[in-house]
Amino acid sequence: MIEALMNAAPAWALTHAAPLLVMVPLFLAPLLALMPSGRIAWLMAVITTGISFCFALILLGLVQTSPIGVVSYEVGRWPVPLGIELRVDALNAMILLVVTTIGLLATVFSWPTVVAEINKDKRALFYSAFLVCFAGLNGVAITGDAFNLFVFLEISSISTYVLVALGAGRDRRALPAAFNYLIMGTIGASFYIIGIGFLYAATGTLNMHDIATRLPELAGHRSVQAGFAFILVGLGLKAAMWPLHQWLPNAYSYSPSFVTMFLSATATKVALYALIRFLFTIFRPDYAFEISAFSAVLMPLGLAAMVVCSFQAVFQNDVRRILAYSSVAQVGYMILGVSIGTTAGLSAGLFHLLNHAMMKGALFMAVAGVVLTYQGTTIRDFAGLGRSAPWTMTAFAIAALSLIGVPLTAGFQSKLQLGFALFDQGMWWAVALVVFSSFLAVIYMGRVLEAVFFQPPANPRKARKEAPILMLVPLWILALANIYFGIAADLPLGLARDAAAAAFGVEAFR
Amino acid sequence: MSPETLIAAALVLPLLIAAGIAVMGWSPNLREGVTFIGGGLLFLIIVLLTMHVAGGERPELNLGEAAPGLSLAFKLEPLGMLFALVASGLWIVNSFYSVGYMRGNRERNQTRFYICFALAIFGAMGVAMSANLFTLFIFYEVLTLSTYPLVAHKGDAAAKRGGRIYLLTLMGTSIGFLLPAVMWTWVLAGHSLDFVPGGLLAGVDISPVVASALLILFAFGVAKAALMPVHFWLPNAMVAPTPVSALLHAVAVVKAGVFTILKISIFIFGADLLEATPAREFILWVACFTMLVGSLVAMTKDNLKARLAYSTIAQLSYVVAGAMLADPAGWMGGSLQIAAHAAGKMTLFMCAGAIYVATGLTNISDMKGLGRKMPLVFIAFLIGSLSIIGLPPFGGAWPKYELMQGAIDHNNTYLSFVLIGSSLLNIAYLLPIPFLALLPPPGTKEPKPFKRPDGAPMPTVVAPLITAALCIILFFAVGPISKFLSPTVGDRVDYIADGGQP
Repeated sequence: MIEALMNAAPAWALTHAAPLLVMVPLFLAPLLALMPSGRIAWLMAVITTGISFCFALILLGLVQTSPIGVVSYEVGRWPVPLGIELRVDALNAMILLVVTTIGLLATVFSWPTVVAEINKDKRALFYSAFLVCFAGLNGVAITGDAFNLFVFLEISSISTYVLVALGAGRDRRALPAAFNYLIMGTIGASFYIIGIGFLYAATGTLNMHDIATRLPELAGHRSVQAGFAFILVGLGLKAAMWPLHQWLPNAYSYSPSFVTMFLSATATKVALYALIRFLFTIFRPDYAFEISAFSAVLMPLGLAAMVVCSFQAVFQNDVRRILAYSSVAQVGYMILGVSIGTTAGLSAGLFHLLNHAMMKGALFMAVAGVVLTYQGTTIRDFAGLGRSAPWTMTAFAIAALSLIGVPLTAGFQSKLQLGFALFDQGMWWAVALVVFSSFLAVIYMGRVLEAVFFQPPANPRKARKEAPILMLVPLWILALANIYFGIAADLPLGLARDAAAAAFGVEAFR
Repeated sequence: MSPETLIAAALVLPLLIAAGIAVMGWSPNLREGVTFIGGGLLFLIIVLLTMHVAGGERPELNLGEAAPGLSLAFKLEPLGMLFALVASGLWIVNSFYSVGYMRGNRERNQTRFYICFALAIFGAMGVAMSANLFTLFIFYEVLTLSTYPLVAHKGDAAAKRGGRIYLLTLMGTSIGFLLPAVMWTWVLAGHSLDFVPGGLLAGVDISPVVASALLILFAFGVAKAALMPVHFWLPNAMVAPTPVSALLHAVAVVKAGVFTILKISIFIFGADLLEATPAREFILWVACFTMLVGSLVAMTKDNLKARLAYSTIAQLSYVVAGAMLADPAGWMGGSLQIAAHAAGKMTLFMCAGAIYVATGLTNISDMKGLGRKMPLVFIAFLIGSLSIIGLPPFGGAWPKYELMQGAIDHNNTYLSFVLIGSSLLNIAYLLPIPFLALLPPPGTKEPKPFKRPDGAPMPTVVAPLITAALCIILFFAVGPISKFLSPTVGDRVDYIADGGQP
C-alpha cells in the first residue's frame, strides 16, 4: 500500500511531505472557521486528515527506503543549526502514523456526536479548533528543533483547552475541567521551556541533533542536568505520568465524546514521544544522571501508575472515568517499558503505545455511541445494553478484553513483549506487578461488561438502538484491528522495533 | 491427504461445525446432524493422523508468526494424539448423549450450547497438537473462554456465580502464573518456546531455585489440572448441564490441564532437569495431598455431581504425580490415566445425568433401590466405579500399576501407600452408590415414580454403556497404547507390552 502510494504521488509531494503534513491542516483551520455550515466543515476536516494520513504513509515509506533511515527537511532552506529542521526517523514516522490514522477515523466518526453535543453555530469553529490541535500534535512529532517543539506543543494544548471547554454544552463541569487542564498544561509547558533554556545556555543550539552531538562533552554540567530535570517533569505532566496526571480524568470525563476519544488515543502519546526523544536521542541512556532517573524516578512512577490508577479505576462509577484512570495506568506500562532502558524495553513500550491507541480509541468510540443514543455514562446506564445495542457493545467488549490482555488480542501481545523485556533484565517482580495490574483491569472492565451483558436494562423501555453506521464503521475497524494485530503482530511490532532502534541512534537502525 | 492438510483440517473442522450449527439452528435435527457428521469426520481425521504418528512421522504445520519468534505452530507426537483421540472420540458419544439429555430436560438455548461445545473441541485440538508453549497457551485460553457460556448455561443466579468463579480462577491463574512462567521460559531458553524431546531447558544452566520457582508457577498456573488449592473452580463448574460436566469437566478441560503439565515436564523440563529441581518433591506432595483430601471431601458430599467432581480432583492428581516422578514409568502412568480416567469418569457423569433426566434426583441418599428401575444405568455406573478404583480387568488398573512401578523405581517411599489409600477411599465413596441402588437393604422404601413418564431417554442409557465398554477395552488394549506412547515417555515400558500383570 505504501509503495503504491509513493509511486502514485507527484514529485513535489515526496519532497515536501514533511512540512505539508503539518501545514495543510494548520492553514485550512482558519478557512474552516469561516464555513457557513458545520457539515461542510466536517467534510473538509475529513479530507484534511485524510491528506495528512497519506503524507504520514509517504513519510513512513521514505524513512523505510532511506539508506540512513532519516528524512530531513530544512524549512525555508535555512541551513540546519540556524533554521528549523523537520526530521523524521522510524520513531516519529510511527507516531505520525498513529496520530493521523486515529485523527482520520475520529473525524469520520465525529459528525453524529458533534451534532448531538455542540451548538449549531459553533460546529464550524469546533472543527477549526480540532484541526489546529491535530496540526499541533503532528508538529510536535515531526519537528527536529527543541524550541519549535514547544511552539507546536502550545498550539495543540491551547486548542485542546478550547475543545475540552466546548463540552460545557452537555455538562457544565467541562469548564472547571478545562481551566484545570489549562493551568496544569501551562505549568508543564513552562517547565519544558525552562529546561530548553538551560540546555541552550549549555550548548548554544536548539536543533535536537546538534544538542545531541554536543552533550557528551558536557556530561557533568550542572545546567544540562537541571535542564534534563525540568524537561522530564514538563513532558511528564503533558504525558499524564503519575502523579502529574490529575488534570486527565476530569478533562476526559467532561469534554465532548469525540474530543475524549481523539485525545486519549493521541495527545498523551505525542507527549510521551517527545519524552522518549529527549531520553534516548538527545540525552543518552548511558549518562549517569539518566540511569539514576530511570531507576529512581521513571520506573517507580510507572509502576505506581499501573497499580494506583488501576485501583482508582475500580472504584469509579462513570465509565468514562474508569477509562480515564485506566489510561493513566496504561501510560504507566509504557513508562515502565521505557525505563528498562534497553531496546527491547523501549520497543515494548512503543508497541503498547500503538496498541493502546487502538484499544482506547475503540473503547471511547463505543462510549460515545452510548452517550449519543442513551444519554448516560454511568455503569447503571450501561446495564442491559448488550441486548439493545449488540454491535456497539461487542466492539466494546473486544476492546475491553484487549485492554485486559486476553490472548488473541493486541493487548496480550504488548504485555507479552513487556514481560519478555522485563524478564530479560531479571525484573520478575515488575512482571508480578504488571500481572497484578491486569487483575485490577479484569475487575474494572469486568464490572462494566457484566452490567452490559448480564444485567437487565435499567430502563426497559429503551428500545433496541445502535449507534449510527458512521460511528460503527470506524469503531469496528479499530476493534478488528485489535484482534488482527493480536494474532499477527508483525506489522506493529516491526514498527515499534524500528522505532526503538531509531531512538537509540541512527547507527542502531536495522 | 498429506498430514499437514489433515492437521489444518482437524483445526478448521470444529470451526466449520460451529458455523454449521449456527446456520442450522432453526432445525434441531439438522443441527444435531451437523454435529454427528462433523464429529465423525474429526475423529476419522485424528485416527488418520494417529496412524501417521504411529508410523514414526512427526507431521508439522506452521501457521505463521504472531510476533518474531512466537509462531502459531503445530507438531504431532504420541501423547498429544492420545489426548486428541480421547477428546474427539468421546465427543461423538457425548453428542449422542447430549441429544437425549438436552431434549429430555427441555433446556433452552440449545444452539448456543452446541456451538460453544464445538469451539471447546477446537481449543482441545489446538492444545493437543501445539508445537510450542505459546500456541498451547493461546488454545488453553480458547478452551477457557469457550466453556464459560456452557458453565453459565442455565443463566440463573447460581449458574452465573459458578461461571464467574470458573472464569476468574482459570483466567486469573493462567495470566497470573502461567503467563509469567511462559515469559520466563522464553528468556531462560534463549528466546524459544518449542517443545523439544528431552527438554527445552535441558542444556541450560539453571539454578535449582529458579527451576523450582518456574515449576511451581507452571503447576499452579495450569489450574485446569485442579491441584489444591486452585481446584475450587471444578466443583463450582458443576452447575453446568451434565453433558458439559461429562465431556468438559471429566475429559476435555481437565485433561487439557494435566496434559499441559505432562507436556511441560517432558518437553520443557525433561527428566534430568526435573529430577534436579527441588520443587518437584513439593509438587509431588501437593499431588498426594490432593489425592487424599479430594477423596475425603468426596465422601462428605451427598450431591452426586459434587461427589464426582471431588473424585475428579483427586484422580487428576495421579497424572500430576506421574509427571513429577520424572521417569518413563511415571510418565506412562500419567498418560494412561488421561485415557482411563476419561472413559471411567465420563461413564459416571453420564449415569448421573441419566438419573437426573428420568427422576430429577441429585442426592445419593435418595437413590437407594433405584437400580431395580434403571438396571443398565447402574451397571454402567458400577463398571465406571471399578475402573476409577483401579481393579482389573478395567482400564483404570494400568495407570495405578505404572505409577506404583515408577514410585518403586524411584525409591519413593510414600507414593505407593498414598495410591493404595486413595483406592480404598474410592471404594468407600463410589461403590456404595451402585450397590445400594442395585441391592437395597431390606425395608428400603420403593423409589418414587419417574418424573418423565418413559424414564431416561434411550441415548442417555446407551452412551454410558458405550463408555463402560471402553473401560474394559482399555484394559486389554494397553499393549498397543503403551507401544504407541513409548517414543514420548521413554522406552523402558516393554514389560507391559509383553503382558505383565498389574
